[in-house]
Amino acid sequence: MAFSQIRPQTVLHVATLIAMAFALWMMFVWVPTDINQGVVQRILYIHVPVAWVSMVAIIGVAAASVLYLKTKNERWDRLAVSMAEVGVMFGAVMLISGMIWAKPVWEVWWTGEAKLTTALILFFIYIAYLMFRAYFPAGDQRMRLSAIIAIIGAIDTPIIYYASVLWQEAHPPLIVGPVAEEENLVAAEIGLTLLVSVIAFTFLFFSLLSARLGLARMESEYEVLKFRIAASIAGSGQ
Amino acid sequence: MTATLSIIWALTLKELRIESRNRDVAIAIVMFASLVIAIFAIAIEPTSRNAIETGPGVLWAAITFAGVVGLTRATSHELENDAVGALMMAPVSRDLLFIGKSLGNFLFLSVATVIVFVVFTFMFNLPVFRAEILLVALLSTIGFSSVGTLFSSLTFRVRAREVLLPMLFLPSVSPLLFAAIRVTAAAASGESWSASIPWLQLAVAYDVVFVTASALLFGYVLDD
Repeated sequence: MAFSQIRPQTVLHVATLIAMAFALWMMFVWVPTDINQGVVQRILYIHVPVAWVSMVAIIGVAAASVLYLKTKNERWDRLAVSMAEVGVMFGAVMLISGMIWAKPVWEVWWTGEAKLTTALILFFIYIAYLMFRAYFPAGDQRMRLSAIIAIIGAIDTPIIYYASVLWQEAHPPLIVGPVAEEENLVAAEIGLTLLVSVIAFTFLFFSLLSARLGLARMESEYEVLKFRIAASIAGSGQ
Repeated sequence: MTATLSIIWALTLKELRIESRNRDVAIAIVMFASLVIAIFAIAIEPTSRNAIETGPGVLWAAITFAGVVGLTRATSHELENDAVGALMMAPVSRDLLFIGKSLGNFLFLSVATVIVFVVFTFMFNLPVFRAEILLVALLSTIGFSSVGTLFSSLTFRVRAREVLLPMLFLPSVSPLLFAAIRVTAAAASGESWSASIPWLQLAVAYDVVFVTASALLFGYVLDD
């Protein structure tokens, strides 16, 4: 096979595979175990990258939705829904990995901490966005209305975060145990592993996104074909 | 200007007239919210000690859930005989339609909230008729009705609207819900205004942002 025949998508997938394998090796083998938190601290190398990626996805969904309302070009709608789906998946991983980390370190699965509250509410908003799309019949109207929901969600994000911070000020976060302060121990190895992991997960995000976008393209081609066949059947029947 | 105001007034009057004939929305809100408060009052058994901890959350959860029920009722009127189709044929700009509809929803929700406050006072024995609480209730009602009007017009053509409306509405208004709960808790336990100021500022900011955003985006909703 000539090099010119290799699709850019394939290159992306292979790069993702290599980056993820390298990042997994770093986070499970190469980086030393944290002396304070122990092995549970390794969740950080998954939790932080997926949180970063889901934030990128939220911004991406909002930007694509604004562009859809401006241009009415279906490509932007496909980009928005693909980003939302991949972003919600990463958001779920973020929430679950955070809870697994919090139980041994904070002694609770969940607290009213500002970032947790914000992440959870945003997760619900984007679940609602996807549910709306699932219930609404395909077409221009669905693209327009779901773009509006995505924009409202994005506008809401800073306000929800500010409200959660204010809420937390009155209720101090429930941080229990001697290992609660973890900020000051970011050693060189930890920082490097985190960086590699963030890069690897960003590759993974774009890899999944390109696969989902391909699916979205096929879905809309299918809708067009279905419409044409229905029209030709109706035409031949007369 | 006077023409604009008279259009808004005509639209609001239409909402009020429908409501005065079947009294669907306000009664739905009042009854549902009172029921939620009563169930929680039975479950919690409010005493002078725990009422202040649980009461504000119960009150505002009841009002927001009841608000969803009211919004669902209000939009189902629009579907009967394709009333919304007729409304869209009116030579009126979309943002005025939005203001008229949200003003109607605002009035129903305000009246209902005052009655729910009375029920809550009896059940939880907390002084909720205080200036800060009434102010935050006003601000929340403005936010609820504008975001609620936008979302109910988004979902009313979907078959699963009873599920989708709360799924969209409740997380979006959560900052207002937080503000209302905190101000109610602070004022009912006799704290000074300074405890409520940041929350009131947040509620004002929310209303300014979302009334504007909802009015601007409403044009795209009905853009057929």
